[in-house]
Amino acid sequence: MAVQTAATSTDSAAVDLGPAAALSCRECGHRVPLGPLFACEECFGPLEIAYDFSSYGADELRKRIEAGPANIWRYAPLLPVPADVADKPNLNPGWTPLVKADNLARELGVTGGLYVKDDSGNPTHSFKDRVVAQALEAARAFGFTTLSCSSTGNLAGAVGAAAARAGFRSCVFIPHDLEQGKVVMAAVYGGELVGIEGNYDDVNRFCSELIGDPAGEGWGFVNVNLRPYYAEGSKTLAYEVCEQLGWRLPDQIVVPIASGSQLTKIDKGLQELIALGLVEDRPYKIFGAQAAGCSPVSTAFKAGHDVVRPQKPDTIAKSLAIGNPADGPYVLDIARRTGGAVEDVTDEQVVDAIKLLARTEGVFAETAGGVTVGVTRKLIENGVLDPARTTVVLNTGDGLKTLDAVAGTGLTATIRPNLDSFREAGLA
Amino acid sequence: MSVTVRIPTILRTYTKGRAEVAAEGGTLAEVIADLEKNHTGISARVLDDQGKLRRFVNVYVNDDDVRFEQGLQTPTPEGAGVSIIPAVAGG
Repeated sequence: MAVQTAATSTDSAAVDLGPAAALSCRECGHRVPLGPLFACEECFGPLEIAYDFSSYGADELRKRIEAGPANIWRYAPLLPVPADVADKPNLNPGWTPLVKADNLARELGVTGGLYVKDDSGNPTHSFKDRVVAQALEAARAFGFTTLSCSSTGNLAGAVGAAAARAGFRSCVFIPHDLEQGKVVMAAVYGGELVGIEGNYDDVNRFCSELIGDPAGEGWGFVNVNLRPYYAEGSKTLAYEVCEQLGWRLPDQIVVPIASGSQLTKIDKGLQELIALGLVEDRPYKIFGAQAAGCSPVSTAFKAGHDVVRPQKPDTIAKSLAIGNPADGPYVLDIARRTGGAVEDVTDEQVVDAIKLLARTEGVFAETAGGVTVGVTRKLIENGVLDPARTTVVLNTGDGLKTLDAVAGTGLTATIRPNLDSFREAGLA
Repeated sequence: MSVTVRIPTILRTYTKGRAEVAAEGGTLAEVIADLEKNHTGISARVLDDQGKLRRFVNVYVNDDDVRFEQGLQTPTPEGAGVSIIPAVAGG
């Protein structure tokens, strides 16, 4: 079953990245051989992977996946990685729990089945391990020995850990004022960690300039010059959700938006499963979630615009604080095409939602998870999200990374070590 | 006004491989027009058919994203640094 066009004369056979055949511009379709490139030389549009899946039959592919390892490499036939990827040193992320959230469903009035895809269970406790694992394989293929990135925190940790496992050097760049937990998680793996005086967009700009300078030319920036490969890792969220639902599409899925890359790749993953015959082709809706303090995509969606006006971020949801989201226009297209929506919630609603998810399901989400749960609640209250449909909400990171957000949570009581004191405190 | 323009790797075929070139102009639009005079073809890579900045191009005058300023009409003072950068996703 061919999902993308088959290999052409411009395609590269020089590197072995499995079914990846070429890089193709998402804007103008201009095609170039596989390489460490991210922007189209014709129009600056983002390059993405074009695959050749023409040799796959649905039944054989499903069996091959189900017999694969309990991590993202079960989907290696659908990713830009060599066939023997599982034998190489990497963090083997993925196959995280799809939690049937019946208690949360009762609170929110969802009757059609509510699930939380809990990606806090990855090796560095966020979904970023999925994307970094792809970039690492591309870095190996292109001969890089230093991994780098611009990061809002989670990615820095994922890159540091993956580099340590694979024996790469790492040097990563973050805004100087990130949450302490994320700084420690990024630094502990022993690579270089550099704070930039500015916000994420400033860090991103710096890295884009560094990559064009001799100082950074030989580096693999996972989310810059390796971005086409890196971004494909988010497809595995879509694959896993469908497989865990019994090879079935969810009716509705709520996804956080930072750059918008994850949401676009989840849509790509769902489309691939449909085209390959692994799931029944039924309508699904994709909803995007932002924090009100950084809501350029939500603002554009509500205003009916198809361009995204950048904002200066001001929110506790720092992992989503990208004011100039490169994939924003594509998110708008997908939300509108599928009948979904893009919504935002205040920081106060984010904190409430973190506590709600923890209290009802025992899942402690980072602020980005608070954004998706908070937006889910708001969409239900506004009648936009149908409570009678199967709904999946993503939690993309661990609450231990953003403890400050729930800092007011603490002891119920302090008592002396005797039963009288216990009773006096009203705990009996 | 004389400014320095930082050229991204994918546009260096127009500048004979140079990462920085000099240009003249009191606004970003004038700077791009001047670039085109000396590096033919570069303007069509940065601007779309309607003459607007392509949506995946970010341009900074000194440290300011021109989308937060006056777009192509953003003033470019004497000695300013102009950076042309492809938009990238992150996280």
